[in-house]
Amino acid sequence: MSAPGTSACAPELPPIRPEYERDLAPLDRAVPERPLPWRTRVLQQAWLRKGLILLVLAALWELLARWQDNELLLPTFTATARALGEGVWSGELIQKARLSLTLLLQGYLAGIGLAFILTALAVSTQFGRDLLSTLTAMFNPLPAIALLPLALLWFGLGRGSLVFVLTHSVLWPLALATYAGFQAVPDTLRMAGRNYGLTGLRYVAQILVPAALPAILSGLKIGWAFAWRTLIAAELVFGASSGQGGLGWFIFQNRNELYTDRVFAGLVLVILIGLAVEGLVFASLERVTVKRWGQQR
Amino acid sequence: MRSPATERTSVARLAPAAPLLQLDGVSLEYRTPERVVRATHQVSLDVYQADRFVLLGASGCGKSTLLRAIAGFIAPVEGEIRLEGRRVSGPGPDRIVVFQEFDQLPPWKTVLQNVVFPLVASRTLSRAEATERARDILAKVGLSPFAQAFPHQLSGGMKQRVAIARALAMQPRVLLMDEPFAALDALTRRRMQEELLALWAEVRFTLVFVTHSIEEALLVGNRIGILSPHPGRVRAEVNSHAWGPDSLGGADFQAAAQRVHRLLFEDAPGPARDASPQRLAA
Repeated sequence: MSAPGTSACAPELPPIRPEYERDLAPLDRAVPERPLPWRTRVLQQAWLRKGLILLVLAALWELLARWQDNELLLPTFTATARALGEGVWSGELIQKARLSLTLLLQGYLAGIGLAFILTALAVSTQFGRDLLSTLTAMFNPLPAIALLPLALLWFGLGRGSLVFVLTHSVLWPLALATYAGFQAVPDTLRMAGRNYGLTGLRYVAQILVPAALPAILSGLKIGWAFAWRTLIAAELVFGASSGQGGLGWFIFQNRNELYTDRVFAGLVLVILIGLAVEGLVFASLERVTVKRWGQQR
Repeated sequence: MRSPATERTSVARLAPAAPLLQLDGVSLEYRTPERVVRATHQVSLDVYQADRFVLLGASGCGKSTLLRAIAGFIAPVEGEIRLEGRRVSGPGPDRIVVFQEFDQLPPWKTVLQNVVFPLVASRTLSRAEATERARDILAKVGLSPFAQAFPHQLSGGMKQRVAIARALAMQPRVLLMDEPFAALDALTRRRMQEELLALWAEVRFTLVFVTHSIEEALLVGNRIGILSPHPGRVRAEVNSHAWGPDSLGGADFQAAAQRVHRLLFEDAPGPARDASPQRLAA
């Protein structure tokens, strides 16, 4: 590169060092494994860390309630826990929760089924794509509760209208998430699937759905939360006129009678069910699918 | 591994009268939002039983597009592709593709399930028979210990090996490979090339192999179709059955590589046309 004449300003060359070879003796004593310190191991348990957060929140609640000292506005954590215990023990809360959950599941499953049909249509035809994008643009922003008066007119007072609004609240966000997931499936994987002669529904079910599962799962979670919210809100609005209500109705009734601790007990149960579904159902679903397959960390 | 002499006789013995795969004046086009681009122009090639036919060309010569057309993912706008005399009209399990990308393996299936899946999906075999064949082929590519692993737990070379095993298990009429080793490191690539040749020596499948590496083309193929770019047209067909992994670095191998290099680049239209003296030798 640099001419010898310019050696004054040329960068100094590195020294030429001798070569060497070395015989590596086998390591007779393997590097011993060291167990992690117990504190790290304990804190690796997610449920423990989350449980700690819950405990702190409960303690804060208790302190705040005692400091405020007004049972009507903010009952203490212990009073709420007692009311919850009584409600569960008498079977009243269990029965209400079962009622709510049955309705919820019906609407949820109907929403999932419809979302699957819509997205399967959308991946196979241009008409399906246009239909899906138009319908989601129209109905996704529409609050389910706003449809309740209409649903009451159409389906009367009862399960029908509730299932209708629940389906509505699940269908659109899930369809959007599923379709987005389908579109993100890599081309190579699609071609590999078609290469085996997979077409139509088999192609959707055996290639697109598993490949898009991370997006579908997140859509299912969002749909679940929307449905749960919609159900409680709908029961608050119209449970009053239905003979037997679920958890929302329980909350509404007790608020009317100023049993604030039981209102809180109802709310806590709503939260607990939400936590259980998230922690047990969705977490295990993710563990045996997307986490195991390396699609999601 | 293979001596050039036995190779030559075996090719001569195996080649039947009629080509297995025929490309007859195939023109391919793809569409961008602004214009229609011609990827290949009236390409005619014949591939015989047990050929290791390499499509070689610089990027933009439409070699991958051509492979996808053979696989049936793209329909020609002109000419036709025939497999055993029958016109190719769509993707099918008689032409299995090994892609360059590692994401061709469904991540939700284990290595074994990945090999079984196409056999069952295409209704070639029952699940039990498919599992048996998959185990055989996995043993052949040295992946038996990893049968229960998921793709994300494998290295790139192992993933490609699964893809090759999966393709071979299907026993396709033609095995199509689209730069299958391009994303691998140089050492793994060399080993995979040798393994592919060893597998060919054992199974004698028909292979159409796309690459942009001259060395790989000479090493893997027994015949090389050299494509010129923009649009892809057949510039030459060259025999390369004499070369194997042992011939790397030899003077005659170098000469062959030089010749292919010249065929690839010399006639390139545009400013690079600065005429070298041997140009007429083509």
